[in-house]
Amino acid sequence: MIKNLAPKLSNAEYEKNFADINPPFLPHNAKMEANRCLFCFDAPCTRACPTHIDIPAFIKKIASGNLRGSAKDILDANILGLSCARVCPVDSLCEGACVYNEREAEPIEIGRLQRFSVDWFHENWEQNKHLYKPGKSNGKKVACIGSGPASLAAAFNLAKLGYAVTIYDKNEKPGGLNTYGIARYKMTAEEALTEVKLVEHMGVKFKQKCEIGKTIPVAKLTKDNDAIFVGIGLGQTEDLNIPGENIPGVVDALTFIDELKAKPLRQVKVGRRVAVIGAGNTSVDAATQAKRLGAEMVMVLYRRGESEMPAYEYEYEIAKKDGCVYYFLTAPKRVIGKKHVTGIECVRMKLGKPDASGRPSPEPVRGSEFVLECDMVIKSLGQRKRREFIEKKLGLKADKRGRIVVNETTLQTSNPKFYAGGDCVLGGKEVVNAVAHGKRAAWAIHKKLTGEDVNLEGLWKDEKLRRVASKAAYQYA
Amino acid sequence: MADLSINIAGIKSPNPFWLASAPPTNSGGQIQRAFDLGWGGAVWKTLGERIINVNSRFWANDYGPTRMMGLNNIELITARPWETNIREIVETKKKYPKNAVVVSMMIESKREAWHEAVKEVNQTGCDGIELNFGCPHGMSERGMGAAVGQVPEYTKMITEWVKEVATVPVLVKLTPNVTNPALVGRAARAAGADGISLINTINSIMGINLDTFAPNPNVDGKGSHGGYCGPAVKPIALNMVSACACDPEIGIPISGIGGVATWQDAVEFMLVGSTSVQVCTAVMHYGYRIVEDMIDGLNNWMDEKGYARCTDFIGKALPNIKDWGDLNLNYRIIAKIDPELCIGCELCHVAAWDGSHQCIDLASSNGSRVPIVNEPECVGCNLCMLVCPVDGCITMVKKDTGKKPMSWRQYQAELGKNPKCEPPGYIEH
Repeated sequence: MIKNLAPKLSNAEYEKNFADINPPFLPHNAKMEANRCLFCFDAPCTRACPTHIDIPAFIKKIASGNLRGSAKDILDANILGLSCARVCPVDSLCEGACVYNEREAEPIEIGRLQRFSVDWFHENWEQNKHLYKPGKSNGKKVACIGSGPASLAAAFNLAKLGYAVTIYDKNEKPGGLNTYGIARYKMTAEEALTEVKLVEHMGVKFKQKCEIGKTIPVAKLTKDNDAIFVGIGLGQTEDLNIPGENIPGVVDALTFIDELKAKPLRQVKVGRRVAVIGAGNTSVDAATQAKRLGAEMVMVLYRRGESEMPAYEYEYEIAKKDGCVYYFLTAPKRVIGKKHVTGIECVRMKLGKPDASGRPSPEPVRGSEFVLECDMVIKSLGQRKRREFIEKKLGLKADKRGRIVVNETTLQTSNPKFYAGGDCVLGGKEVVNAVAHGKRAAWAIHKKLTGEDVNLEGLWKDEKLRRVASKAAYQYA
Repeated sequence: MADLSINIAGIKSPNPFWLASAPPTNSGGQIQRAFDLGWGGAVWKTLGERIINVNSRFWANDYGPTRMMGLNNIELITARPWETNIREIVETKKKYPKNAVVVSMMIESKREAWHEAVKEVNQTGCDGIELNFGCPHGMSERGMGAAVGQVPEYTKMITEWVKEVATVPVLVKLTPNVTNPALVGRAARAAGADGISLINTINSIMGINLDTFAPNPNVDGKGSHGGYCGPAVKPIALNMVSACACDPEIGIPISGIGGVATWQDAVEFMLVGSTSVQVCTAVMHYGYRIVEDMIDGLNNWMDEKGYARCTDFIGKALPNIKDWGDLNLNYRIIAKIDPELCIGCELCHVAAWDGSHQCIDLASSNGSRVPIVNEPECVGCNLCMLVCPVDGCITMVKKDTGKKPMSWRQYQAELGKNPKCEPPGYIEH
């Protein structure tokens, strides 16, 4: 398939290249860092977290040595605290909001502290599992389609409220992109499955390799359940729509990342020279891992400029540090090769007027074509929307961009029995956004089916403020 | 370069920094090394009848990430033979004639025993004797240390015995484990002591292990109260030193002890009346070389303030230490938050709201996180400034009340003359 394969590395090199990018705290250092937290009132970090974890509270408990309480504070608000601690873009969320930034000091390492507590919780599972129990059965049933972060969060919270929840998922293993689609140096598949265990512990049933609309008709699902949560995420990587796309050696980023997590690293094939098309966060995961697997040259092609690039700053930094070379204002025109990829023809672009997304639209510069020699092309143009499945199979309304249309507060879809959350609604965001959606959907489903406005930890942004400040205001007014 | 030398009750020292009687002064080798690094004097680890110590002797009180905010010990006086100590005192004094060598002593409460021991110490060439009437653990159970220092009559009696034969100045070391150390200081003065030193360690239990329920330090599952020292005790020591320095019935020089770790601490002790300062915990934590910055910092501070010698500022803060009843009730300060420096932690708000006088409100309307001081409600308590993590962000600004200073005492006197006179200050809500 690939003509020039990158030479294999030694086991030590694989181990080093794919080692945890942000290693856990040693206990003493965690305590030191926890003690640095100012314990802000109505803390900006908590507000910035989509799941509104009470961050100063869980950090204070690390400082005091109450790890069980700390982990519970996190998991109550965010059942995927383990993966969020590893993959959250903390610079843009909690750590970016830390008041220490205002003092030109390093923000508290909230992500690593969260990992410290939640890892401890899972590492001591037998002593800790009693903290979570399914609620007393209320005789109602909910189905979740997809087993990614949104569904896991919805299922967990519904099970806690007494629902019988079944998750239907087409993959072999549960966990969605957490299991299949995140760079190995950030999180392993085993770590993702650790969190699934907690949801299983709540009595949630997992039906893997089960495709709704094929294995089970949608009508049956609708009939058998009181509510349905759709957490199907997004589809395959978008096509390049250029000639040569089917030449062996052209792969899509998600398949490549999945292979890296599923197979021993030695068995994953990578070319000597690799071109990655697209410059989002998934592109970084693919490009850096290709480099870490031993590719000699990794070129990232992006048709817009550096400042338009969708990847987070810190992701871009990883790619740069790994030695990936960025070709900005460069669009692929055709993949060259017969039995295998030998190169990619590109064209220079210039930025024109803003397009529908508000970003300047790139236009080709005539006569600027050039060829980059490569042995492998990784497509990373973002994931396809699942419009057909949403509209045809589920019969739900989708917007122009193929996302499920929901009520912003309740996440209820055009079919009142169906709720939706995560990437299929957001069009590609973070794990933590999906968890927040799952929790919100659980609240809304429960409210609709029982009338109870249940208080789930960190459901609303101003909850803490309302609870702490308004009570005080009332007392002292 | 200022002159850092001091003379306390006839004991001369090139600078005011002395090592307190403790593990750092256990042997001649240690003390000589300390003198080489700059220490002005040392109080030899207490001489007395040879004792046997327990293992597991120290425990520390950490605060957050900071180690050893306080240290406690259940170690007794020197464990070395009397003769060895005497020999090394002689040797040290010979090698370091300019440094102050003071010998701490604790002897069975018998006149003859004290006489015999003091006479021998007289011969060592030491510069002074310090009577250890302070150790709160172990020796006190045998009628020595704090058992003496807690009873003014005993203190007076033994000090008199010592003064009968001593040929060098005698300092009496006071225990803080009393209601009023000045009463014991007066007894020492009455007995003819040349100076006092304080404070010795404070009785303490450092903590309990939550698994074994054994106290720390743990000696085979059991523990005992021990002497607490280190930075945590400094405020208690400053109060006791100043109380003795202000007491006209004491009126003899003071060697200040208790949590001194930096030159600033030392200056504070000197400002409340200490002539020399003694250091232990900071050395046990960081070693003798901390004295380099102590000397350097003190010198720079004196140069900056224009003080040529230590006597220029010793006791200078004492006139400012008053009874509460003498404080000006018409002095008004109000918190001011600098919005440029504020980082929006809102700790001042919650501290005031939950912990003081509900006078700092959240700026809820415009999305700003800079809290707002409700000036009429502000009682000028300082709490917000104390919790603020940014230096200089919250300042207490003096506000002119238009009223002339009036203390509680003055008000009471005024009331006697004019029962309808206006009360000073203002009425809190």
